[in-house]
Parts: sequence; structure tokens; C-alpha cells
Amino acid sequence: MNVRSQISMVFHLDKCIGCHTCSIACKNIWTDRRGTEYMWWNNVETKPGTGFPTQWENQEKYRGGWEKKNGSINLRSTSKARTVTDIFHNPSMPGMDDYYEPWTYKYDELFNAPEGPDQPTAKPVSMVTGEYINLEAGPNWDDDLGGSKIYAENDPNLKGLTAEQRMQLSAIERLVFFYFPRICNHCLNPSCVAACPSGALYKRGEDGIVLIDQKRCRGWRSCVAACPYKKTFYNWTTGKSEKCILCFPRLETGQAPACFHSCVGRIRYLGVLLYDADRLEGVAKSPDEELIDAHRSMILNPNDPAVIAAALENGVHESVIVSAQKSPVYRFVKEWKIALPPHIEYRTLPMLFYVPPMSPVMAEKNDDTVGSVSDDFFHDIEQARVPLQFLANLFGAGHQGKVVYALKKQKAVRTYRRAVTVGDIDIKLAEKMLLEADCTVEQAEAIYQLTSLCTFDDRFVIPPMHREEAIEMMKDPHEHRSSVGFGFVEAPERGL
Amino acid sequence: MTGPGPFFLDEIFFVVMPYLAFIIFLLVSIRRYLTQSFTFSSLSSQFLENRQHFWGLVPFHYGIIAIVTGHIIGFLIPREVLAWNSQPLRLYVLEVSAFVFGLLTLVGLVSVIVRRFTVSKIRMVTSTADWILFGIFVVQILSGLYVAAFHGWGSSWFAAVATPYLWSLLTLSPDIAYVTAMPWMVKLHIVCAYVMIAFFPFTRLVHALVVPNPYLWRKTQVVRWYGIRRFASGRPGADRKM
Repeated sequence: MNVRSQISMVFHLDKCIGCHTCSIACKNIWTDRRGTEYMWWNNVETKPGTGFPTQWENQEKYRGGWEKKNGSINLRSTSKARTVTDIFHNPSMPGMDDYYEPWTYKYDELFNAPEGPDQPTAKPVSMVTGEYINLEAGPNWDDDLGGSKIYAENDPNLKGLTAEQRMQLSAIERLVFFYFPRICNHCLNPSCVAACPSGALYKRGEDGIVLIDQKRCRGWRSCVAACPYKKTFYNWTTGKSEKCILCFPRLETGQAPACFHSCVGRIRYLGVLLYDADRLEGVAKSPDEELIDAHRSMILNPNDPAVIAAALENGVHESVIVSAQKSPVYRFVKEWKIALPPHIEYRTLPMLFYVPPMSPVMAEKNDDTVGSVSDDFFHDIEQARVPLQFLANLFGAGHQGKVVYALKKQKAVRTYRRAVTVGDIDIKLAEKMLLEADCTVEQAEAIYQLTSLCTFDDRFVIPPMHREEAIEMMKDPHEHRSSVGFGFVEAPERGL
Repeated sequence: MTGPGPFFLDEIFFVVMPYLAFIIFLLVSIRRYLTQSFTFSSLSSQFLENRQHFWGLVPFHYGIIAIVTGHIIGFLIPREVLAWNSQPLRLYVLEVSAFVFGLLTLVGLVSVIVRRFTVSKIRMVTSTADWILFGIFVVQILSGLYVAAFHGWGSSWFAAVATPYLWSLLTLSPDIAYVTAMPWMVKLHIVCAYVMIAFFPFTRLVHALVVPNPYLWRKTQVVRWYGIRRFASGRPGADRKM
């Protein structure tokens, strides 16, 4: 057993209101520099929709992630030989048009416009060239479906849905959507790291954060092509790639990452998971339908004495183990099994998990009254307005079982809490539903607490990162203090 | 054809310049790598323009790599090259393929330059150094093609003339007798090469010095530990960085 710790995350989609506060918090801190304007390390997508960059889930086009062939897994984008032959021009590389051309407005034209019959307007100008541009796409162009179904119909996750199910989604009057906030998943088997010809990408041993060494990056951009979630970005000004750093400077000082901290809907949870790194390769090779279970089985119980002993032996700090025991992520993913990894069929083993969203209650209009179409107080899972298969394509590698389990449990908890607080549902019926959903009353209360009444400290259990200890071992702390700067010592300037 | 130039000019062009160029190349490259490693990048613009990129970059790179490799082979194993060329058919094959690769480089370079001129986004990431570099490349490739076309059998006389000259430079006993008698286009090609070598470390060309070498044999995943990992059991740090 090779126990390592990983800072992991849960996003509770049932709580996301799509306000984009997370995106803005991230943008203001990290990506407001020239060359990074187009990057959204954190973005919130409307699902069904095409996402950012457009159709990022279409791996026929972008060739991201791993594919299983003859018992081994290989990068879909770049075999080692192809890295060499494709290095001058990578055919599966997204271009700026797949994201969008960033722009601003000529605000001074509002003030300098000559007097005339019309209101002056501020015309959009490209932030790349400074020239006037026609806006054809932007981040979240299809937000809330952009008022049209063309975006929804091009969602790669609609694969395998019947015509009837598609109709159910896209018939305008019954249009339904949910939000899908995304950051880097800080995967256990990151394809971006594996693809980097320069060895500039790495996973931090102590906490699993995936970073790009800016001095070692040579701008070959293999990581951009290889990441199936398209969460590494190329800075066209500096000629270096950049990605979400999980706000590690904040984490190291005990603060939650900016997108977590600012989350209005309190949908985000962060905590440590202990996992067995020796099993990584075997798990990544599992058949599609077993991937979720295999991934879960890699995650170790932090209360198990054998795991604790192995973790200590492996250099995991005692305080990190204590932190893992309090981890909200462990409860969602492993104990309650209601948080699922996104697109685990890409086999990167993402460490960001999603609680799948409950659909709005199905209702129909009869004359002047609106009534539920289901006898159930909350609608049947199978009748959800977002077809199960769609959610299964997103969170279940195409298999519905795990998604149904998560939704049933959420529904049972809702029903149970309704019975307790409002009392219009028979408590016996609610308890029966809990039983059928593989949920005890205690667990239902715990889910309710951590979902609805969670405090800041419940949601973010940040382990002490112990960076100071590592420095003490290497050199005199006083000397170290005087020799490090804040940010780059060498200016991050573009080479000629 | 002009005759050999005044003596001191030859000395400057074929003795002083190569040493100067090589010293500049070495010192500036090392200094840049040590103090400005951030500036080492391919500076790719594929992100900004994805279609013309293919038709410029691919022919240019394959062409230039083949041509440079050819020059290095002629320098390292002249005898073997001459032996290869002893049969006319093999000589023709070598000459023609060298010319084709030269043309490939030229086609690539022209479309790269056209792309830099015409795409406004690309102009934003084009520096003065890039334009100077394009100028040097144009002179170098055109003179090379001219020599290949009008001073034939270069693969043979390179081994017999240029190689001894280059070796004489390398062994610090420069003998310019080999090159002073050369046609002026050959001389231009040589001098331009020195200019390019001297200019190299100041430009984006440095990306050629950091081509991915550990990638083909490194482990798939890279893990870095901060400082010294606390091993209670002395488990070997097999996965310590790479």
C-alpha cells in the first residue's frame, strides 16, 4: 500500500445557481493578464450545451484523455512517437476560435462622440489585435442555452439518447437545463502530465495539485491537446501553458481557493482523500462499467488503523490524516456514494466529484392550475426532465446505475426531511424510501446537515500543508526567507 | 564572377567571424538559459491561426532539419559521403533530394512569412528580431539553393573543401585557402551562416536547443516532492521526480 494524500473536491450540482461568481473570483486573481484573457480556469457551463471550449467533450475532435487498447492505456492525442512527428503542428489542438477572441469596448467613444441624433455606442475591440471585431462567440455564449436550442442539441452527452428523450430536453416549452461548474480536476492519472514533452507538468507529491513549471514549459502545448477536460490553456503572449493551480498559495495559508471561497450557492466542498497510489495503473485500466467502483476502491478509509500506519510510514503527516478523517469529500464520495467523477471514461481519474442534480418537478398545466404529473411528491427519478441517460453519459461513463443510486438517495433524503419538518408525507413512507435508497436515518440527517446547513468549516477542511518543515530540512529558514520573492523572480516576459 | 576579395576581408569573414559567432552563440545561450529560462519557448502561434500554420511550419521544419543534418553529416563523415557519391546514380539521388529539401524549406519559409504579414493576430506576436531572422533565412536559403543549382555536386565538394576548412577552424589552425577560391555565392552562404549562428541566441531559435529529450524515456507520470520526503521506513524514493 503506497498511501498518498490528495486535496479533492465535491461540487453539489443541485445547489448551483449558475451565478458565475466563482469564475469572476478566479479571473480577477489569476487570468486578467495579457495572453490569458480568454482563459477561464473556472467556468460554469449550461448543460445540455456545448461548453467551453466549444464541444470539449467531443474526443473524436480533440482526442483528449486515455484510450484502452489491448490491455494497456495510451494517450489518445499523442503516442510518444506521434509527439515527435506532430510537434511542429498538432492536428488536434484547439485554436482561439474554439474558445473565443477576447474583447473590450472603446469606452472613450462614449465621451468623444460628436453631437448627433443617436446615442453614442462603445464598439467592441479585440483584446488581441486592438481592431474592431464582430462578436460571434464568447465565454458562456450558450449560458442558460443562449435563448436557443442549437447549443443544447450539439451537446456530445446526448449520444445514445432516444429521439423521445432528446425531444424531452429540447422542446422549447419544456426546455430544461442545469449548471456544470468546472475547474481542473487535479486527476490521479493526469493525461496532461503524461503528454508533456518537456516534463514541465507535475503532480505535487504531498497534496496532488497538478501544476505547470513555467520555467520548464516550452510551449509545445501537448497538455492542451491531451487534457480531455480542456483545462490547460496556452498563453499566446508568453508562449507558456497555464492551468488552474487550485489557489495553492491560498491553501498553503489555510484559505479555501477563491472559487470555493466565493461560491454563493455553497455548492463546493474541499478536503483530503487518502488513496493507494500502487493501484493507480490497474484502476485506470478497468472496464468502463467498473471504473467508478475501482476509482472509489482506491480511496482509503482514513479511520482504518492499517491505512493510518501505512500513511505515516509513507510520510503523510499526522495532521493531514486527521484532516482526512474530517473530509467532507470522503463522506460524499465514499460513505454516501452520491458524488460521482465527471467523464471517468477518459481514465484520468479526476479528483473532483459531482453530486448529480435533481431535475425540476415535472408538472403540467390543466386550464388554470398547474399540477404534478407524478403521484410521488417529488417526481420519479426515471421521469426526470433531464433524461437519466444524459446524466449517465456525464457522470457514469454511460451507465445509469450509479447516477440512479445518487439521485434516489437525494430524493429519499428530501422526502424524509419533508416528512420531519412539514409533516405532509407519512414518516413511515419516507423511512421506507430511505431503506430502498440504501440510506439510514442517521445518514439522511448527515447528508441534510452537510448539504443544507453546512458552515464554512464543514465545507472546507484544509489540511496543514507543512511547507515550512520541508524548507527547514533543506536550508536555514532565515536564509530561505531572504532569498525568495513573491511570484516570479525572473519577469515572465515573452522571449524573442 | 568576382575574384577573391582583399586579404584582410577574407580573414575577417572566414576566421574572425566564425570564432566570434561561435563564442557569442555559446556565451549568450548559456547566460540566457541560466538567467532567463522563462524565455525558452517554441512561441507557437498555432493557437492564433490554425490552418496556414500547417502549410508553413511543417515543410519548413522538415526541410531545415534535413538540410542541417546533411551539412553535419558532410562535416562529420566526408569520406563516407565521397564513397557514396562515387557511383553517379547515388550522387544524383543525394543531390536531387538535398535540393528538394531546400525547396521544401523555402516553400515553408515563404508561407510562414506570408502568414506573419497577412494575419493580424499573428502580427501581434511578431517581433523585430523575427523579421531580421526571416531576412537572414531568406538570404541563407536562396544562396544555398543557388549554389546547389549552379555549382553542382555540392555534396562532393563540400566534403572535399568545406569540411577541411571547418575542421581547421575547429582545431584552432584556421586555413582559409579552401574557401577564398570559392565562388562569391558560396562565400555569402558561409558568412550568412555565421551571422545566423551569432544571432541565434537572441531570437526565438533557442527553442531548438530545448527540444524534448527526456520525454521518450521518462516515466509516464511526474511527481515532485517538496524538499525531502519524510520516510519513516526508508521506502526508496523511486517516484521522487520523474
